[in-house]
Amino acid sequence: MKSLRLIFIFICSATASFAQDDLLGELSKQDSATRMPVTATFKSTRIVNGHSVETMKKNHMDFRISHRFGRLNSGAYQFFGLDQATMRLGFEYGLTDRFMIGLGRSTSQKVYDSFAKFKLLQQSTGAGSIPVSVTLFGGLTAATLNKELVFQDKITYSAQVLIARKFGERLSLQLSPTYLHRNHPVVTGDEKVLLALGFGGRYKLSKRVSLNGEYFWTAREKNTITAPYHDSMSFGVDIETGGHVFQLHFTNSLGMIEQQFIGETTGTWGKGDIHYGFNISRTFSFDKKSKGSGKTY
Amino acid sequence: MKLRILGMVSGTMVTIALSCGQVKAQGGMFATNAGVTRFSSETPLENINAENKKSQAILNTSSNELAIRMNMRDFVFPNKLMQEHFNENYIESEKYPVATFSGKVDKAPDYTKDGTYDVTATGKFTVHGVTKERSIAGKVKVEGGKISISSDFDVALTDHKIEVPQVVFVKIAQVISVKAQYVLTPYKK
Repeated sequence: MKSLRLIFIFICSATASFAQDDLLGELSKQDSATRMPVTATFKSTRIVNGHSVETMKKNHMDFRISHRFGRLNSGAYQFFGLDQATMRLGFEYGLTDRFMIGLGRSTSQKVYDSFAKFKLLQQSTGAGSIPVSVTLFGGLTAATLNKELVFQDKITYSAQVLIARKFGERLSLQLSPTYLHRNHPVVTGDEKVLLALGFGGRYKLSKRVSLNGEYFWTAREKNTITAPYHDSMSFGVDIETGGHVFQLHFTNSLGMIEQQFIGETTGTWGKGDIHYGFNISRTFSFDKKSKGSGKTY
Repeated sequence: MKLRILGMVSGTMVTIALSCGQVKAQGGMFATNAGVTRFSSETPLENINAENKKSQAILNTSSNELAIRMNMRDFVFPNKLMQEHFNENYIESEKYPVATFSGKVDKAPDYTKDGTYDVTATGKFTVHGVTKERSIAGKVKVEGGKISISSDFDVALTDHKIEVPQVVFVKIAQVISVKAQYVLTPYKK
């Protein structure tokens, strides 16, 4: 009899716990319709050189210092490239959570660059999910090194559609179709318009470290007299520590803005024309609501 | 002899069926989809606050069962960078998207009478994929056909295997204080 009773009690308690799970189940049923954005596709607004789909959040400013050293194959006298440094300083700001603008200055060709980036679609899960994030990029730069040029000829326009998808927690991939219009190409005879297709991605090694790679295929004859250029290929590591992101990388491009690394990369990996470089990104929050919380973060 | 046993068996079955029936009774369900859960981390260096206004709660007033569920991604931080880090580095929302509580209200108040009652709820509390058996004290307020539940309690990061790296260790409190405020209305399936 006792065992019989125990069985019944067991059945009863099983029903009871089932009912409890039911209650949670009832809640999750209600929730299944919710759409959840997929965030942090990349750690930074750049993959290596090129822009990622990420934008700065509203009222957050990103102060960036980027360096590219000389070529690794330049020998011991040049300290394997470390004697020479090219840099870009940038201030980039989120006007809304989806729209950001940026200003920068590069030592290479004394370029002032400006850009705007708008996140058109945010990848999401749940009902009516969106499979990819899509960000539009538009840039206008002025290379001031050649003083003989009229202002118009110093200008380059660039436009990109950045399409990325985060596959699970670790892997994110991006496609970046690119349009460049140089009013006055550096090499005479080089076409004004250059089309390119960028491939980029990251693989998270841990919560704060990711491996990044990037390749820009350009639609033109490479290494000719009129276009003595190669495709840009870069690999790097992102390390995130609270408000900083450190990006360390190896690339065959010296420039850090679209017209330079997509359009004017002269080195090749095969010959060892590799530049060591880094980006340091420091984010500041200017949100009034987060006063006292965030500035030191 | 046989009859006696049969009688006892059927008797037991009846009592058990009755008690089971009580547990299963669906009458008196109250729920919300817009509960507010706040948490804060206070250290001398920095205060961090976040708010989730989409917390779900459901209470069965006949069985006293209570379930609470919330999406971690629904926590809104004033600092969006913190929000990203909360989801990506600390809570790992991709792996553990929800926090839940599933248990029973211990000393059930009379839900038919208006008033405020001190209660505790005991059950399984799950955050970051780690489940803890907990007894959480709170208040139940019955008023105008609505049941309000409120509770202030602490969550220790180590209890739920939430790791804070050395560089930000001093900026994030080891014990997070949580405030919950849910107004439940009669629930129809």
